[in-house]
Amino acid sequence: MLSPQLNLYFIVALSFLVALVLSVYPLPMDMRWWRPEFVLVVAIYWIFFMPLTVSFTLLCALGLFQDLLEGVPFGQHSLGLVIVAYICILSYQRVRNFSIWRQSGWIFVLVGIAQLTDNWVQGMAGRPLSGVQFLYPALTSALLWPACYWWLNGMTHRYHH
Amino acid sequence: MVVLVVVGLYTDRLEPLREKLAQAVTPFYQITDVPSRVNDWRKDTFVSHADLKLENEALKTELLIHQRKLQQLASLAAENVRLRQLLNASQMLQDTVLIAELIGVSPNPLSHKVIINRGSKDGAFKGQPVLDAFGLMGQVIEVGETSSTVLLISDSTHAIPVQVNRNGVRAIAEGTGDLNSLSLRHVSANTDIRAGDLLVSSGLGERFPTGYPVAEVLQVVRDPGKAFLTVIAQPMARLDRSRHLLLVFENRDRASVPGALSVPAAEAASPTTSAAASSVSGGR
Repeated sequence: MLSPQLNLYFIVALSFLVALVLSVYPLPMDMRWWRPEFVLVVAIYWIFFMPLTVSFTLLCALGLFQDLLEGVPFGQHSLGLVIVAYICILSYQRVRNFSIWRQSGWIFVLVGIAQLTDNWVQGMAGRPLSGVQFLYPALTSALLWPACYWWLNGMTHRYHH
Repeated sequence: MVVLVVVGLYTDRLEPLREKLAQAVTPFYQITDVPSRVNDWRKDTFVSHADLKLENEALKTELLIHQRKLQQLASLAAENVRLRQLLNASQMLQDTVLIAELIGVSPNPLSHKVIINRGSKDGAFKGQPVLDAFGLMGQVIEVGETSSTVLLISDSTHAIPVQVNRNGVRAIAEGTGDLNSLSLRHVSANTDIRAGDLLVSSGLGERFPTGYPVAEVLQVVRDPGKAFLTVIAQPMARLDRSRHLLLVFENRDRASVPGALSVPAAEAASPTTSAAASSVSGGR
């Protein structure tokens, strides 16, 4: 039996790994706008509920790996992750007391901010975007939040305590 | 972070790093490919005898039809060679191809890229043209050891030199970011081009081989107020459906790639076709 702390690290690593796999799971070309930002949502969960587990350095590294994985310019996802993580660190004490759907609304805003930086980078890379499609992932991420909360909360309570 | 983004976008200093790390991402695409592999396996394994027989018959009929076409092809190819000799033109090189399988699709909705299961080990190289059974699909832009990334012709950063098959008018077909349309750039208003024209690769960029079908013109809009025509074309290749792609080696490439020798003989021999010859006569 591993110590609780090691167990926690294992759960965190596993959750990020699952999120990374889901973030490249092949979807039909036209459906790709609706893919939630899995990695970002999982990162937000850990910052909200275990603020000291995931460091900013780790988030940067994770973002860079996601950039590599998705073949987008280096720094795109880490930029979004770090900005959102900072907002989360400032606000986690309040957000923890929200009801689950109110948290979802908050997730919508956070992922929306990350999408904004994503699209700045994509625009600089020569793929400008028109319309509000870039908010679709924010919407699906917000809808995913309760499921993510339920899964990760269950995992932590079963194996960490 | 911002510095990193800017350096990555405006210089190519991070390219070597990306190439080195490219191998690390392959397992992820292999994992996400498992469900479709299982599905393929299920389709292959749990299939009734009757269905197989039916399919077999259909394939035999198809083979017969293709063989008939092929009979003509031989004489047409020979005739082509004779005519070219009369014209003192250089001979068409026959390209060899290697079959590759699609293992992933780029998750970024703004870019049209796919990941295939061939890499530098199989002789794939940067800039290599990629086809499917129906036409040109794109080119290899990143090569890992066992996988590489292909940029599709519909990506908004991609452009390919083409010519109209009917009369040889040259143009540049640009991706629009929409899977089903390419647009032709700077076509002057009196150009002879109409809906239904087949666009084939012209080979002028020295990247794509000559004569592969690229797109079919869907719509030509002549607006007197504009200096150029608006021409929309639909890619011939099934960009979002094909799972089996062909990597094209022009003969000189194949000889100069050391890794190509390590391809097993049977594998290299079986997919080798005279694609160039078929596109000459098959060009309608």
